[in-house]
Formats: sequence, C-alpha cells, structure tokens
Amino acid sequence: MTRDDIRTVYLATLHAIAPEVDLTAIRADRPLREQIDLDSMDLLNVMIGLGEKLGVDVPEADYGRMTTVDEAVTYLLDRVEAGQSSRRTGTPA
Amino acid sequence: MPALGADMEAGTLIEWLKRPGDSVHRGDIIAVVDTQKGAIDIEVFEDGVLERTVVEPMSKVPVGTVLAIIRPAGAPAGTAAERPPPAARVRATPAARALASERGLDLSTVAGTGADGAVTREDVERAAIARATAQAPPSPSAQEQPPGAPADRIASMRAAIGAAMARSKREIPHFYLTTAIEMQKALAWQSGQNAARPVADRLLTVVLLIKAVALALKEHPQLNGFWTDGAFRPGTGIHVGSATALRGGGLIAPAIRDADRKSLDLVMRDLRDLVTRARAGSLRSSDLSDATITVTSLGDEGVETVHGIIYPPQVALVGFGGLVERPALVEGHLQTVPVLAATLSADHRAVDGRRGAQFLAAVRQRLQHPEQL
Repeated sequence: MTRDDIRTVYLATLHAIAPEVDLTAIRADRPLREQIDLDSMDLLNVMIGLGEKLGVDVPEADYGRMTTVDEAVTYLLDRVEAGQSSRRTGTPA
Repeated sequence: MPALGADMEAGTLIEWLKRPGDSVHRGDIIAVVDTQKGAIDIEVFEDGVLERTVVEPMSKVPVGTVLAIIRPAGAPAGTAAERPPPAARVRATPAARALASERGLDLSTVAGTGADGAVTREDVERAAIARATAQAPPSPSAQEQPPGAPADRIASMRAAIGAAMARSKREIPHFYLTTAIEMQKALAWQSGQNAARPVADRLLTVVLLIKAVALALKEHPQLNGFWTDGAFRPGTGIHVGSATALRGGGLIAPAIRDADRKSLDLVMRDLRDLVTRARAGSLRSSDLSDATITVTSLGDEGVETVHGIIYPPQVALVGFGGLVERPALVEGHLQTVPVLAATLSADHRAVDGRRGAQFLAAVRQRLQHPEQL
C-alpha cells in the first residue's frame, strides 16, 4: 500500500463522517480540527473506520501524532508497513 | 400523529410500512413521518392488527390526529373501527378537559404526554395551535416544495428550536448553579480502560458524564421528569436526552433510555447509535419523545461553561464545559488538575436551589469513583 493509497483511504473515511466537507479545500499541513467541524464522536468514528479499512488499531495515546492529514498518513503508513513486515518475518506486532 | 418534542406542531406522513390486515407488535415501525427535525420512524405502542390507515401518504396533519386504527390483539375484527372508545376512557387532566371543551377539540385525538399518557393542558394547547396552523391555507410554495429540501429543512428546524426555546424562557423560571468537577480520577480510569480496548469499544468522556448524571438523578428524582398542568410529574425511568448537533446546523436531543441501569459500555453503544442515526436522519419516534432530562456537552469546542435552556416540559438540563487545567492541592502538593464545569439549569417551579446543589454534588461525587459508574 502506497502513501497515496493511505491518503485516499483516510480522506474517504473522513468524507463518510463529514460528507459536507470539501476535501480538496483541506490543507494537509494544518490541524484538521481547525479546518473542519469534528467532535469527539466523529474522531472516534474516523479511527473505527480506519481500523476497518487498514487493520490499524490506533491507541488513544497516538491521537496526538495524527493532527494533520500529512501526519496521519505518515503515521498510518508506518503502522501498515510495520504490520506487513511483522507478518512476513513472523515476529509479533 | 405523535408529538415528537415540545416544538412539533404537525408532521407529514411519508409512507406506510404496514398494510391493513398486517399484525403489528410493540416497537414495530409502522410509518415514516417527516418533521422539522427530519424523517422519523414511527413505532407502534401495542400489539394488534392494523385495521385501517386514516391518513394518506404525503398529507400534513397536526399533532394529535389519528393516523391509523389498530385493533388490539384478541379483539374481534371491526370493533376498533366501528366503535370508538368512549370519551371517559381517554386519560386527561381536569384542566385539559376544560380547555378541550372550550376549544371544541376531541380529547381522543390529542396525544398525551402526562403521567401514563394522560392528556395535559399543554397537549391540548399544542393540538389547538397545530389545528389552527394546519387549517390555514398553505402558501403555494409550501405546496409545491417536496418535504426535505435541505435549505428549507434548516430554516424550519431553526424555527422549531426557536419556538421551543422561546416558550421555555417565557414560561420556565430558570435558575443556574455551576460546580467545578475534578476529573483526574475519571480521566485516568478512562485512559486505562481505553488502552486495553480495541478502538470500536472505547469510551468517550461524555459517557461517564451521562452515567454520573443518571445515577445522581436516582438520588434526586425531583429533577427527572416533567412540569405539566401546574405540577411536577416524575419520569417513569431515567431517560437522558443527549443534545446532538447536526451537520449543516440544528440540534436534536434523542434519549438514552434507562441510562442509570445501563453499563458504561451500553450507554456508549446507545450514544453512538443515536448520534449516527440523528445525523443520518433515521431516528425513531420513541428516541425523541422519551427524554426526562437533557445533557449537553460543548467541551470539544473549548467552551468553559454552558448555561443551557431547559427543553420543556422537562425541568432540568445539565451543561458540561470543556476540561481546563487548574492549580490544586493534591495530598499537600500544588499541582494542576483537569477540571470541568457542570452547570445545572433547573425549573424553580419544580425544585429549589438547595436540591439542585445537592444534585450537582452527587454528580461530582460519582465522577470521583469512575470504577463504580
């Protein structure tokens, strides 16, 4: 899965929860919650959606590493790749 | 046509989901009704057979209008349709009877919100206003516009919220009490729980707040219920309405039923389900008519204190602000601790300040023992 794939999945998840948001207007380097209206239930639903699509369970302690779209994509890419390499080598995740 | 909240005067029947002759059971969805708050699934309250439908699809009718005749289970066919129940069997308060006769309203057509479904004076007033509104000739644009056009919907929801809130401020002598609640124990417990849970099973802080309110209401039932016909009527359960902002504007407060008797996991599941359905426009009639108190939490937006307006005929609303770090002495050491402000808005006709203060103290106390929530 490439960085672009992850970005697409991330934005699609966001769109499902906030369908009125113009995704093209989001600045990927600025905090998401300063740009669109997301409450704590929305954020939880984003995390649940990402878990379903990418198989990544983001601990609450890591939410702070995903405040912008760019950060979130980087974080998720790391986690997806770590999951794949641990499966290949057979080491526990 | 059920009253789905104090602000509803009429609804448009969109479609019937059952046909005459079909068996229906309590909780079945029988019809879809369009209201100012979106399309709502209408539930049946008793078991029986749908004898006939009275209102045609796409008709707008006032609250209290009979939509369909349901023959109770076991009753011979035709009885319900041919022989309306005698007027004496309609539960109504004396003030409601007097007003209904004054206004020429048939009490059996008015939906009751009082104790055991009794028709109250407020119900009759509402039905009378609704009848007058429905009888006024509709404007041509209103006739041509299909229900549910978004801009139209937002405007009509604003009007409905405005009407209910104006009535509340006009009729309810509000008083407000605020207390600061130390949240370090609750947050530490929540973090510990969530660290061990998959993301789909995690708890939001607001769930702890809702449960603490529900348990405090068990100790202080004077704040849980309705003010109707000049008297307080306690709720038959603790059903906490959770104020939910809708995308694009507007607000709805569907109820988490029996919140005092549910585990935090169940309250969380219900809240997630209600918020999802509220935002998708697929709430049920009972979601909107059952709440015995309302909780609103604006902490996500950085607000410190919320002095909310009571949703009539309820007698109380609890507003939670956001977490702020405050200096405090903890075991002799000066530290900063997370604190949030809980504000009770209460109806002074139903309750006094001392009782309100005791209730807030109970909420605060409950949040110091999160493992017991």
